[in-house]
Amino acid sequence: MSQEESPITRRRMLRDATRYLALGGIGSLSAWLFYKRSSQAVAACPSSSSTCGECSQAAVCRLPQIWQLDPNRCIACGRCQTNCVLDLSAVKAVNCFALCGYCDNCTGYFPTKDYVLDTGAENQLCPTGAIARKYIDKQGGVPYFEYTIDESLCIACGKCVVGCRLMNGSLYLQVRHDRCLNCNECSIAVACPAEAFCRVPADSPRLLSRAAQAAEDALARKRSSHNKSSKGIEMRVEGTS
Amino acid sequence: MKRLMPLVLLLLVFAAVQTVCAADLFPTPEFSNHPIPQSQTPAPRPSWQEYLDLAFLTAALAAASFFAVKGRSRTGLFLLSIVSLAWLGFWRKGCICPIGAIQNVTQALFDKDYVAGGLVIAVFVLPLVFTLFFGRSFCASVCPLGAMQELVAVRPVQVPTWIDHALGLLAYIYLGAAVLFAATDSAWIICRYDPFVGLFRLTSSASMLALGAGFLGVGLFIGRPYCRWLCPYGAILALLSRVSWRHLRIPPTQCVQCRLCEDACPYGAILRPTVTPSPIEQRAARRRLIVVLCAAPLLIATGTLLGFGMRSSLARMHPTVQLAEQIRLEEAGWAKTRSDATEVFRGKGDSVESLYASADKVVENFAWGGALFGGWVGLVFAFKLVQLSIRRRRTDYEPDQGACVSCGRCLWYCPEEHTRQEFIQIQERAV
Repeated sequence: MSQEESPITRRRMLRDATRYLALGGIGSLSAWLFYKRSSQAVAACPSSSSTCGECSQAAVCRLPQIWQLDPNRCIACGRCQTNCVLDLSAVKAVNCFALCGYCDNCTGYFPTKDYVLDTGAENQLCPTGAIARKYIDKQGGVPYFEYTIDESLCIACGKCVVGCRLMNGSLYLQVRHDRCLNCNECSIAVACPAEAFCRVPADSPRLLSRAAQAAEDALARKRSSHNKSSKGIEMRVEGTS
Repeated sequence: MKRLMPLVLLLLVFAAVQTVCAADLFPTPEFSNHPIPQSQTPAPRPSWQEYLDLAFLTAALAAASFFAVKGRSRTGLFLLSIVSLAWLGFWRKGCICPIGAIQNVTQALFDKDYVAGGLVIAVFVLPLVFTLFFGRSFCASVCPLGAMQELVAVRPVQVPTWIDHALGLLAYIYLGAAVLFAATDSAWIICRYDPFVGLFRLTSSASMLALGAGFLGVGLFIGRPYCRWLCPYGAILALLSRVSWRHLRIPPTQCVQCRLCEDACPYGAILRPTVTPSPIEQRAARRRLIVVLCAAPLLIATGTLLGFGMRSSLARMHPTVQLAEQIRLEEAGWAKTRSDATEVFRGKGDSVESLYASADKVVENFAWGGALFGGWVGLVFAFKLVQLSIRRRRTDYEPDQGACVSCGRCLWYCPEEHTRQEFIQIQERAV
């Protein structure tokens, strides 16, 4: 007998009641989750210790959230290289050019032990030769070089980050979201000894160290004043991706 | 320059230690002919793709429900499962999935700072709603994990019922554990120990790949081992599916009790007609039910006590507790080397006592959580015992709505189905 034709039994009534009760439960659960989502979306970013990044704009926590690592906490231990579910980690080293000293003897580029200031592969700190060194200018007899990271080669070992911290600390690690699978539980976050991983809003996925943020802000200020004075110079923006 | 380098470095190290603001050390030079570039950030996955996933999930659920309930098409379900496996499994790499979404939802309920995304909520809720109306059509051919196991189940054998019942409890215990650890912000064990996600990504740790391969190997002969005995989301769906509005039926119209479908189900989800018990058996069954009902509160209480007692071992899943334990070892001088985590902790300069206090607080949370978890495990056992002691009269071969994943394998075995599809009629004409 198909169910429609069977008479209304107590058992069927119970089933129906349970079904609509469950439906109501699921409905109210999802309503509450969506309510929390919308209320949280307009609330100010929580700046408790459980979240990182300290939301410089402190305005709106936008959704959805994606994984990022906070360079202020990062100790560049190298676990990003080995713990990502991708064979080639989604984390890459990034250079904050506004903070970079353009040093000739860059401690992120050359090893600090048994170093030879020669750009041969064996003399570089980077195990994959992912850092490109380009001569820019000579000022007061001191040559300056620009260091750009080839992200297709970078393996997120963090050696250059550790090296650069001896100087300006302009090199830092970041999750690259063109590669990141945005796993539900980031396996690097699980392994991270510094608890540097956190979820950030998808439309502002960058987290900078305090020094880098200050340098970028200073540069932006300088640029805007410079632009005002000289009717805007087109800035070359070099992609690192 | 070369000779000066170590000296410069030494100075720099001291300087870096002394001052936080390293930017003062080497000011970025001002080039006349070279503007300072901006470090760019590659854009994440565009958000319209999320809507596409959501649309696919909804469409797939609707199609699966249609094939299971109305269309009665094993072919349709099978083809759809291949599409789902390709989309949600291999293309989307198995994230986000409703099974893992249990943890997102749990954490969103318990952690005031965590918010589940819209897609996550929808992915969690949609299959539940469809199950309430059409049975576990999600498991049939939308879930990539289910699809993978469905595809490899080529020589399924019947598992003894008692093993099936006993192992079936694991899923509920796993669900309880997943909720416990997500609620206490310790770990997302469903994602961490997902055996198939490594296969979707074609890369993972060796142990997880071996586990996945093991499940698939076992799945050749024992249908859907993960779905039946471990999947925590399947456990929720099994509960909801019991009261579903419509469900896949074995015969299209009426069961003729030909017994042909008796061994059709590789997942042991076909219930046979019951034999009317003798009065003696009835009395024994009633007595057993009373005993079981009396034992139920005892089971729950035992579980609660055990869970409460296990609070400190359960709490070891929490990173703070792990860190506190390492620090304790180091303070006592038992640790040979310092780990990175403890180095970071000491570098931060927080007091050890405050860490111990926060670890104790986590353990305190686990006292509640562990007791509830233990109670839940007790409840699961009690519920199973009660369920096994209740006899329900059945005259036909029916799918067990909780266990049935609506794969449609049994449809082929039903002569009524063959009549409906006019296969039998054609054969008669040929003769």
